[in-house]
Amino acid sequence: MTGFLTLLYKELLRFWKVGFQTVFAPMVSTLLYLMIFSHVLEAQVEAFPGVAYTAFLIPGLVMMAVLQNAFANSSSSLIQSKITGNLVFVLLSPLSYREIFFAYVLASVVRGLAVGLGVYLVTVGFFDVAVASFPWVFLFAFMGSALLGAIGIIAGIWADKFDQLAAFQNFVILPLTFLSGVFYSLHSLPPFWQQLSHLNPFFYMIDGFRYGFFNASDISPYISLGIVVVCFVAVSWVTLRMLKSGYKIRH
Amino acid sequence: MALAIEVKRLRKSFGALHALCGVDLEIEAGEFFALLGPNGAGKTTLINIIAGLTLATSGSVSVMGHDVVLDYRQARRMLGVVPQELVYDPFFTVRETLTIQSGYYGLKNNEAWIEEILHQLDLVNKADANMRALSGGMKRRVLVAQSLVHKPPVIVLDEPTAGVDVELRQGLWRFIRQLNRDGHTIVLTTHYLDEAEALCNRVAMLKQGHIVALDSIRNLISSVSTCSVRLRLSPDILPAVLQPLMSEREEGFHILTLNGYSQIEDVLAALREEKTCILEMEILQPDLEEVFVTITGSAGVTRAAAFAS
Repeated sequence: MTGFLTLLYKELLRFWKVGFQTVFAPMVSTLLYLMIFSHVLEAQVEAFPGVAYTAFLIPGLVMMAVLQNAFANSSSSLIQSKITGNLVFVLLSPLSYREIFFAYVLASVVRGLAVGLGVYLVTVGFFDVAVASFPWVFLFAFMGSALLGAIGIIAGIWADKFDQLAAFQNFVILPLTFLSGVFYSLHSLPPFWQQLSHLNPFFYMIDGFRYGFFNASDISPYISLGIVVVCFVAVSWVTLRMLKSGYKIRH
Repeated sequence: MALAIEVKRLRKSFGALHALCGVDLEIEAGEFFALLGPNGAGKTTLINIIAGLTLATSGSVSVMGHDVVLDYRQARRMLGVVPQELVYDPFFTVRETLTIQSGYYGLKNNEAWIEEILHQLDLVNKADANMRALSGGMKRRVLVAQSLVHKPPVIVLDEPTAGVDVELRQGLWRFIRQLNRDGHTIVLTTHYLDEAEALCNRVAMLKQGHIVALDSIRNLISSVSTCSVRLRLSPDILPAVLQPLMSEREEGFHILTLNGYSQIEDVLAALREEKTCILEMEILQPDLEEVFVTITGSAGVTRAAAFAS
């Protein structure tokens, strides 16, 4: 247990030491999105009956920040350690591949939740957004960041260079988050795009998270949670296999 | 005696490249052992497999009786490795680095031993400096310190003195010798043959993935039966019968390579015959470097059988 806790502590200390960049900066950029989109779209759209657009947007942006930062934490930590070579200290130690997996995932969860909480607390100062069900909010934030933390491990191990990781982020993670209903309700889309969006696992994370705020969502939060859990199990299985086989890290 | 490291029929291929071609090696507990060989001979690959950083294609390795794959947790607890590259985590200070490294091995409250290592490696002043702020030599010391946090019975150093200044090198060796006296098994790779000669009991020479020599340094040196004599003569003319033996001509000196000490008698007889006086004479013994060149040079793998037996 000590080995696992130490790796977790090291991962937390790593992002905390550069907290300005890893926690504060994403908070600022998320708040910029909020200011701009709420200004432009407030008058025009009402996503759910009786829910103003800005109120609708906030949970989406909070969750987007949670997911992106969870991904960034494990992926950037791993690729930095790989490229600078200091991953060797973890690889030389008796840590098991499971301990490595859970330490990186949990550190990603903490970073995701820290940024998400930060964004939420600041927006509460300007807008009126109440949480209807804290357990749902927490459950989706936790599972979503765990899933993205695990995907981050895969990306960090797979990428040999920073630009490959950037490509993964820009061509996979970013489109999936932007097209998942952060900025709009799926019901506002034409049927074809609605169907397509249902194939995007990020949609269920955002939709379920939003349910925790409004008790209203595009689909049932139980279904969303089920899908997120299945995705997490599947991605974790792949990640654990990669770590166990030493793919790209033990040659 | 227990084996610190046991390597059996170890093979490793990277695609078409055969880095290790069936290596067998036994290193006993308490030895000070050197792995020598030219660049690309497979030294680092062998060390990486022992450390679990590289997976073997076939064969097995165990450290203190623990298989490095099947029982990797125990095997890694027994092993401290100083990597060849100067790697460090730029986020942390020296003390944090060592505390974290201890934690990876399941050690809490390791402060007393960390303090001791810092002191031994002369890092006390730098304990709270960030790793980025350290010079290359200091980073090397931290790497050594990191390999020791869990007091491993077997310590492997992959070219620990490459690019390190003389003072640090001597300090480092003093400390490692001390560890060896305290019962730690030391395995090192080095390019400095004089270091291996001064420190180690036994050496293995690797060439193209094969062990071409494995013996004590004394035996290896005596196995190379040649020695040389350096002569200053009056008159300064080498008798014709001795010309074939001449290997080098220095200012006023003739250097002859002999097949053994017994040949010295023949040289002296030939000189007496020609009424040549010996003004100066020096017998040059072969050193590890010559053994190394002889074995890893032309002789290569064909000699391996003789040495390995």
